[in-house]
Amino acid sequence: MKIIVAIKQVPERDAQVRIDGSGKWIQEADIQFAMNESDAYALEEALQLKEKHGGEVVVLSAGPERAGTTIREALAKGADRAIQVEVDDLNQRDALGAAQLLAAAVKQESPDLILTGLQSDDLGYGQTGVIMAELLGLPHASLILHVEKTDTGLTVKRELEEGWFQNIDLPLPAVLMIQSGGNKLRYATLMGIKKAKTKELRKVAAADLGHANAPAAVLEKITLPQKQKSTQIIPGSAKEAAATLVEKLKFEVRVI
Amino acid sequence: MSGIYVVLEDRSGRIGRISWEALAAANILAAQPGTKPNTIVIGAQTEALAKEAAAKGVAKVIRIEHPLLAQYTSDGFTGALDQFIRAESPDFIVFPHSYQVRDYVPALAARLGRVLVGDVTAISDGPVFTRSLMQGRLSGNYKSAGSGPTFISVQSGAFRADADESSVGAAQIITFTPTIDAAQIRTKPSEPFRGAAQTVDLGSAQLIVAVGRGIKEADNLPLVQDLATALGAEIAASRPICDNGWLPIERQVGSSGQTVAPKLYLAVGISGAIQHLVGMKGAQCIVAINKDAEAPIFEVADYGIVGDLFEVVPALTEAVKAARQ
Repeated sequence: MKIIVAIKQVPERDAQVRIDGSGKWIQEADIQFAMNESDAYALEEALQLKEKHGGEVVVLSAGPERAGTTIREALAKGADRAIQVEVDDLNQRDALGAAQLLAAAVKQESPDLILTGLQSDDLGYGQTGVIMAELLGLPHASLILHVEKTDTGLTVKRELEEGWFQNIDLPLPAVLMIQSGGNKLRYATLMGIKKAKTKELRKVAAADLGHANAPAAVLEKITLPQKQKSTQIIPGSAKEAAATLVEKLKFEVRVI
Repeated sequence: MSGIYVVLEDRSGRIGRISWEALAAANILAAQPGTKPNTIVIGAQTEALAKEAAAKGVAKVIRIEHPLLAQYTSDGFTGALDQFIRAESPDFIVFPHSYQVRDYVPALAARLGRVLVGDVTAISDGPVFTRSLMQGRLSGNYKSAGSGPTFISVQSGAFRADADESSVGAAQIITFTPTIDAAQIRTKPSEPFRGAAQTVDLGSAQLIVAVGRGIKEADNLPLVQDLATALGAEIAASRPICDNGWLPIERQVGSSGQTVAPKLYLAVGISGAIQHLVGMKGAQCIVAINKDAEAPIFEVADYGIVGDLFEVVPALTEAVKAARQ
């Protein structure tokens, strides 16, 4: 099975994000970047499918130069080769614009299966896989926790709301958006890291994948979120703060 | 100008609460042109759903009905709505941000060369749509561009659904029959099933101590469990804790877990991503302990302690025990 996994490099979870001078993006200079978490689950699913059924895992990522480090990490975990769509204004493109780039890059590969994470931790559109499927004319399913190959295609376990699940059969080729928690994530081994350096990383310029469509939705401004409640921050050392909080829980909230 | 349409979702034969929240958002949008929104119900037998919708003070109700829409499939719903939108050219189509909507509306929008502005939390003049970025640490303001309908989906809990309960009268009901061929539906869904038997009902718990990523490893969990025991509280968790198998999935609070409304929700080492907040915002009192002063959880908390949970939690457990003696 030839599997393409779309991954994205995003700011690390603990990164202190600050709005930049344009008011439309964040200051990138001092923050660390990492593989988007649900994409790591998509990669894990792809690697496990390859271990069971053979074939090839190709990593696909759109992003600026720095995204290369996250791509190498995926190669170190066991992906066979990678394609990087070089694009510097990804965060200004809407979900359709980003998916168009990825879909164009996938077309020449004709994979059996395309996996993406559920949602990015930065922009959080949560649409890339579904739109790619539409653009490529493939069936899809999202929020997937488990994938099983059958004689005719795949049976996938989809998460519904409030603790419900559903199995879905679909033919190949197909696109799946993977939910976190279905598998345990692996770490890259030292050997894997060494090998990754020799694996193919093909770069494609965004401009070579066709001209960008005018956006249908524009991110005009980034702001700090509005507080929904006035939070009383309790000062002092751990011990002092704990004592004050217990007083409040006892006399104001009345739960002790 | 062909108005605003709200796509209502069937939840076991009734229209779910989050769909009425989407209608509340549509009413905000409609206030500017001074029109009433229309609603859409989709399925194979939508008569009862349409009646429910018609009583809500909307302009009209569209029943998009076809035997092949009996069960939700992305192909079926996308195809049917695509035909309706091409026939009707609406200006805005508003959806609840449900798992079902996430599964097909991005494809529907793309088919029309448009994009879904998803998970909207506020609508202001323009219209400008606000949604969270960076796991809730920042907000983004979006405007629709180009021509064609604007698709938005509305975050659960962001708009009050009870705003227009008083409206009377029954709206006109119209049926739209799409052309769907069985061969167009490529996925075959089975009946939904429950996961492991739910033995913990967090929904009725009065006191909840919830733990998140900040706890770092499973071995540190007893720290939080001791606090829960001292308070007589149920223990709960955010998704990553359950993904790692540190606590059973039935203890998960959030969009994919349980929704809770306790008297006290004490969030330990939880940053407060939207998926978690939607499950616990209804708590009467929210207390957050987190070392990151900018964590989004502090935006919904009544009381906050900015500090290292490994120091604060044991101190709090001791203080609770002392107070109880």
